[in-house]
Parts: sequence; structure tokens; C-alpha cells
Amino acid sequence: MAQHDFAMPVTEAQVRALVVDDTVTLNGTLFGIRDATQIALFDHGRTTRFDLAGHAVVHTAPNVKRVAPSPENPAGYAPICVGTTTSARMERFTRPLMANHGVRIVIGKGGLGVESASAFRELGGVYLAIIGGAAALETTWIEAIDDVDLDDLNPESLWKFRVRGFGPLRVAMDSHGASLYAAVDAEARAKRAAALAVLGVGSRR
Amino acid sequence: MQIAPDRIEEAAKELYLRALRDLPPDIKRGFATLAARETGTTAKAVLGTMIENIAVAERTNNLLCQDTGIPIYNVTIGRGAEVDGVALTAAIRRGCERATREAPLRSSIVHPLTRKNDHTSCGIAVPVIRFEFSDAFDGLKIEMIPKGSGSENNSWLKMAIPAEGVDAIRTFVIDCVLGAGGRTCPPTIVGVGIGGTADLCVHLAKVAATRPLGSHCADPDGAALETQLSDAVNLLGIGPQGLGGDSTAFGVHVEIAATHITMNPVAVNMQCHSARRASAVLGAEGVEYGY
Repeated sequence: MAQHDFAMPVTEAQVRALVVDDTVTLNGTLFGIRDATQIALFDHGRTTRFDLAGHAVVHTAPNVKRVAPSPENPAGYAPICVGTTTSARMERFTRPLMANHGVRIVIGKGGLGVESASAFRELGGVYLAIIGGAAALETTWIEAIDDVDLDDLNPESLWKFRVRGFGPLRVAMDSHGASLYAAVDAEARAKRAAALAVLGVGSRR
Repeated sequence: MQIAPDRIEEAAKELYLRALRDLPPDIKRGFATLAARETGTTAKAVLGTMIENIAVAERTNNLLCQDTGIPIYNVTIGRGAEVDGVALTAAIRRGCERATREAPLRSSIVHPLTRKNDHTSCGIAVPVIRFEFSDAFDGLKIEMIPKGSGSENNSWLKMAIPAEGVDAIRTFVIDCVLGAGGRTCPPTIVGVGIGGTADLCVHLAKVAATRPLGSHCADPDGAALETQLSDAVNLLGIGPQGLGGDSTAFGVHVEIAATHITMNPVAVNMQCHSARRASAVLGAEGVEYGY
């Protein structure tokens, strides 16, 4: 259960060193992506001018405010409230994000499935669990929006955030095949019969 | 008593912003209850972060969650209130749009086929506006619920049959909670609708999911079932954020309606831990905001 501080981007070796229940704090660049962003990239053949190699992406569509571009707000957007959405909807994009763009870290809530787990194992990646619904806190870790691409998809643009002390976030799926979500799900399903028994199911009362 | 549309518009705007920033006291108490009895180490830490977030939102006057949700306005028209329903509906839409533009808020609303976002938090039939009537008070009550998508995407309806009995309802609720896992942002309020038609059943589940913690089903059999189900779902060990623990749900809420002799419908709708809502009562002159 080690704590790791990463200056982004990272190498495959750094990511492969992580195991479930370690914690990670990110500094530097973090990219924000969402359903529409990835549908555009992987279904509609659109491209981005950003280099995501070795980087982390967070499943988000932030609340932002348009402002005049300045050193504080280079992209002309001030972050208002940046939080994290449910990852499961974006399961099929994990592999192409890694294979085509070199992404190493996916940050989200609720976990990803077996396809993502195999991509993490084969290509060297991890999933970090952020606390969903804790966006006010998460926003305090964002220094600025440095850049934005695919902004016609706003708020599901491809966001380039500058972060400081983004975390600590728990490693919930690692590159060695471990997944906290799969483990919790298996344990919960094993308790199904006991829960139904407590409810008296089967007694036809 | 006539209530002018501009007052309704202002309240509709204010309610959206209040709901997004200020968690109701019953939900805060729910967090305290869960945190006090949670035994999992990870789960304790996760609950601690959620509680910290509530304080950060208050301190920074920020939104609790980035998901501005699907805006829902539940309007209760009291005995003495005279309203023009068309004007009232238009005023609520304007208030919702103004909140979005003036804050500004992320508009989370798109056309379902083109996925076009007008950046107003409005669209066809959205905000959802529902009307009820009450003889309990004189004015107009408006409740605002920004319903987050993580929980709303975990909604189910089963048209069970009478031969399956109440067991079908109990089993369905357990299986929905298992199926949702961490994707609903647990700890949740699990809303269960029982009876009615298919659409009424789903509506009841939403009413149940968005009811204050500590409230109970008005029907004694429904209330007994919600107590049983609340204990049972927290045996599953899914925990906050699906990372394991005792705190899978704040509780299970049940709402019921009579149904047909051939039918046994059950619906589940969930509310995430950011169980946001705000309300306003508009009288002859003043407005009183609450939860």
C-alpha cells in the first residue's frame, strides 16, 4: 500500500510498479475525456492535436466559465466545478485509448470491466478510483485549464488540465490483473443468497 | 391568491443553484450514521472524503458534484393558490435556463437523437415538471431535484406476475443493487415503486428515491417492506463507490399504488450519495426556501 507521486507523463515501468490499494497523486498535466469525446475519436474518425502518450485521462465533463485568455486561463476557460463521471459507459474505449494514443492511466468512478482489465494487463495501464460526487474537493486540485480540443463537443471537449496534488487516488485496477471492483462484485454475489434468506424469499409467505 | 410568474421564475433559478450547492440536513445525518457504524477501512476513508467534499462545497460556495443532472421541478399547488399553468411552466423553464447561464452551470441536457446541447439545461419536455395538489397549505410549493445520471442510468422495471408474489419484488431489489455495483455512486437511496401501471410504477420509484431520509412509506405494509429491504441490501458489502464496505445504501424507500389483479409490477430508481434537493414555498408575498 505504497503512495506514489507522479509528475506526468509517466513510463510503462512506473505504471507496472503499481498494485491494487496503492495510492497515487498526480502533478502536471491531466486530460479530461467523456463519452462524446471518445465516440468522436474512435467512431467518427476525428483526431486530436494533443499527445496523450504516457498521460492520465479522467472521465469528466466539467463546469467551466468562458473568460478572456490569460496566463491564469490560457484556454479562455476558468474551471468552476470539475468532477468525475461513471466510467462503465466508456468501457470499450480503454483499449484504443491505450493502443492508439499511449494513455497509461484512466481515472474514474465505479470501475471498468474485463476488457479494460485485459488492456491494462497487456499494454501496461491502471485505473485509479476517484470519489464520485466529490467534485468540490476535486476542483481544488485543478490549477487551470491549459488547453482544449474538440471544443464543438463542449462540455464533452478534450480538456487539458494543469493539476497539483491531484489525489491521493486509490489504484483499483492494476496491470497484473487485479480489480477491486471484480473482487467486491464476486463477494457481493456470494452474499445474495444470505440477503434473500433474511428477506424470507422462498417461504411463499 | 395569485402568484406572479416572475416570482416563480426567480424561485426556479434559485432552487436549482441551492440544490446543487447545499446538501439537505437529512442526507448529512445519513452520512454521519453510516460513518459511525462502517467497519471497512477503505469504506471509512471513502465516506470521509464524501463528508469532506460537503464541507469544501460550503466553504468555496461550489457545486457538490459536477453533474448538474436532469432538472426536475415538482410543483404542489395548495388550496388557495391561483395559477396559470401555462405561464407557470414557462416561468420554471426560464428560471432553469437563467440559473444555467448566469452561474454558469454545465448544461447536461441534449437532444436524444442528435445529441445537440443548447446549453440551457432545457430541451424537449425538460426540465421535467410535475404537478400535484394539496389541501395542507395555501401557497405554491416547488421542489427542485437535479437528478444525476450515474444513479438515473441504474433504473429498472419488471412486470412481475401475481404468482411470483412479494418474493419477486424482494429478489428484484437485491438483484438491482447487485447489478448497479459502484456505478450509482453509493451509498444510495434505493427507490422502489410497487404496483400501478408500468409508468406509474417507475414514477413511484423516483418519488421513493428522492424522498427525505427518515421518511416512511404511508402504507404500513410498504413501510415494513422498506425496513426489511434496507437491512438486506447492506448485507451485500458493495460499499461506498463499490469499493467494499457496509454502507451500500442510506436506505431503501418504497412507494406503492394499487394495481391490476393480473399485475405485480416493481421498479427501482436510485439516488446517489449527492442526494440533492431544494424546495420553496411561495405565499401571497414572501418565499421560504428549504429542502
